[in-house]
Amino acid sequence: MLRIENLRVNIGEKEILHDINLEIEEGEIHVLFGPNGSGKTTLLMTIMGFPNYRVLEGKIFLKGEDITHLPPHERAKRGIGISFQRPPTIRGLKTRKMAELANLCSDETANIDEIASNLNLEGFLDRDINYGFSGGELKRTELLQLLAQNPDLVLLDEPESGVDLENIALIGEAINCLLEKDISCKERRLRPKKSSLIISHTGYILDYVNADKGYVMCEGSIGCSGQPHELLDTIRKLGYEECIACQLQIPI
Amino acid sequence: MSTSNSHLTIKELRAKAEQAKDKKAGLGPDINLLDYSDQVEDLPLIDLTSLSTDEQKRLLLAGVDPQERNRSGTFVQMDHSIVCRQVYQEGLEVLDTEEALKKYDWVREKYWWKAVPVDADKYTSQAERKWTKGYFLRALPGVKSIYPIQACLYLSQDGIAQNVHNIIIVEEGSELHIITGCAVGSHVKSALHVGISEFYVKKGAKLTFTMIHNWEEKIEVRPRSAAIVEEGGLFLSNYICVQPVKSLQMYPKVTLEGKNAVTRLNSILLATPNSLLDVGGRAVLKAPNSRAEVMSRAIAKGGKIWARGHLIGEAPQIKAHLECQGLILGETGIIHAIPELDGRHPDVDLSHEASVGKIDQEEIEYLMARGLSEEEAIASIVRGFLDVKIEGLPPELQVHLDKALVAGEKYML
Repeated sequence: MLRIENLRVNIGEKEILHDINLEIEEGEIHVLFGPNGSGKTTLLMTIMGFPNYRVLEGKIFLKGEDITHLPPHERAKRGIGISFQRPPTIRGLKTRKMAELANLCSDETANIDEIASNLNLEGFLDRDINYGFSGGELKRTELLQLLAQNPDLVLLDEPESGVDLENIALIGEAINCLLEKDISCKERRLRPKKSSLIISHTGYILDYVNADKGYVMCEGSIGCSGQPHELLDTIRKLGYEECIACQLQIPI
Repeated sequence: MSTSNSHLTIKELRAKAEQAKDKKAGLGPDINLLDYSDQVEDLPLIDLTSLSTDEQKRLLLAGVDPQERNRSGTFVQMDHSIVCRQVYQEGLEVLDTEEALKKYDWVREKYWWKAVPVDADKYTSQAERKWTKGYFLRALPGVKSIYPIQACLYLSQDGIAQNVHNIIIVEEGSELHIITGCAVGSHVKSALHVGISEFYVKKGAKLTFTMIHNWEEKIEVRPRSAAIVEEGGLFLSNYICVQPVKSLQMYPKVTLEGKNAVTRLNSILLATPNSLLDVGGRAVLKAPNSRAEVMSRAIAKGGKIWARGHLIGEAPQIKAHLECQGLILGETGIIHAIPELDGRHPDVDLSHEASVGKIDQEEIEYLMARGLSEEEAIASIVRGFLDVKIEGLPPELQVHLDKALVAGEKYML
């Protein structure tokens, strides 16, 4: 689904990502751990193609196609969707309209009212997008748009941060729905499988989403990779300091 | 200073107008009135559906339906001639102001130049000295208009000045919706429109007034409007100008004279290259518990906009809010927002909010991540910026307002 080769990325004059290599197969969910400021969001924004994230070197392939120099909307049309950590407010643009616009990327017409209802967002459809929304409401509104967009590769930036306990299961369910993990195996076999790259600082989302592979990112490089729960256990026990120290000695 | 017009004889009124004939307006570029002709060909009464397709389209864009579907009445003045005047609901009156002054003595005594001073500037002066009709719309006491009345002031001959004086009276307990448009014929290169409008909203009455201006690049426009709202009355005004115009300057004033009176003034403005718009809204809250909201959304795309607002609180427990939001699209264009609050009593609540800027890149990228190209993203953001759902406006009129905005998009995007 996604292949990243030797990626180096600048923001302004500063190199943020160094030599990133990553491959996500169809149907796989990968999780990116790492301390604040390690470059996780930069990686997601670069995959989405935002112009402030300048690729110095390396390539990004989506389903075999080189998308390194495509603008974000072309990537969205080819099947990449992203949830923003801090989405902007757009006055006068209604949440429903936003979902309808996102739905234009999909071959299937989304039932936006039903999706909103599943996310406890009924009352939000006719409000200005993200205007005065709480942290949890923002996350659910991002998922609403993604469910309407129906992408093949879902990039999620800290989907659980700022969400209260009551709603974290709801977020988990919505992500599984987005990745079509909730439909029968038989049905899933008939359609292309969805993949995802999820940023998680805390790892709480792993209780709800069955991730296949994890990475630890430190100071703009991917230090190690492995079974996500094992990585999380280590991080929880020893903290990211250990990862940084370890990575500086033996980069993988 | 202009002075009160109460108890003036016709002769005295004319004398005051005469004195002000060279008095420049405080705001907006000065116009040489001699550049425009008074000599105008008279036009006969017509059936609007007999107009050319182009003219009908221009009327429709200004909110005036030549078929008169869902309308309580119609008034169309072309240049100086009334070409259509119809009323379909009992209790509503549609006259031209010349007829109204002949028919009712009290029009001159109580309403003529009573809200707008005749000697305010050379434009009010010209409207009295060279007055060329205008509409008189009235709802009798307790009458509620089912459909809006439509009124249009149309410029069809090149180089002329149209100097109209309109009077709108909504009697006690009545409700009136008006949609009014101004438009120009395709061959008109330059013209001047001076329009005096005096609104009187009586006790417990409600008036919604939606005005769509579709001018052209060489037209100069100087409306002079004022409203007086009595106890419990509501005056809601929506003004839309999203087509090119050479220069437009107006600063309508609403005086809330009775307690619990309410006004909301909304304007949506676009300035294309070489257009200059100087538009404001002023509310004077004279009675306890009166409320006012003045809102403007301005887009400068190469042109200049002065967005003014002025709230004057003179009575206890009044509440008023002013909002000016400006968006500069492209590299040139100027928006100058001037919000003013004027508290003249300790127990007032006046507030304002103003912002001017370009579209945030982050917003564009957010939409691009959902599959929209940069141009589509900007269009969606601009539509959102202008998407003002107006409380109390009949859905039929909201549709016209939305259509006018869509028609203006070709100049914005």
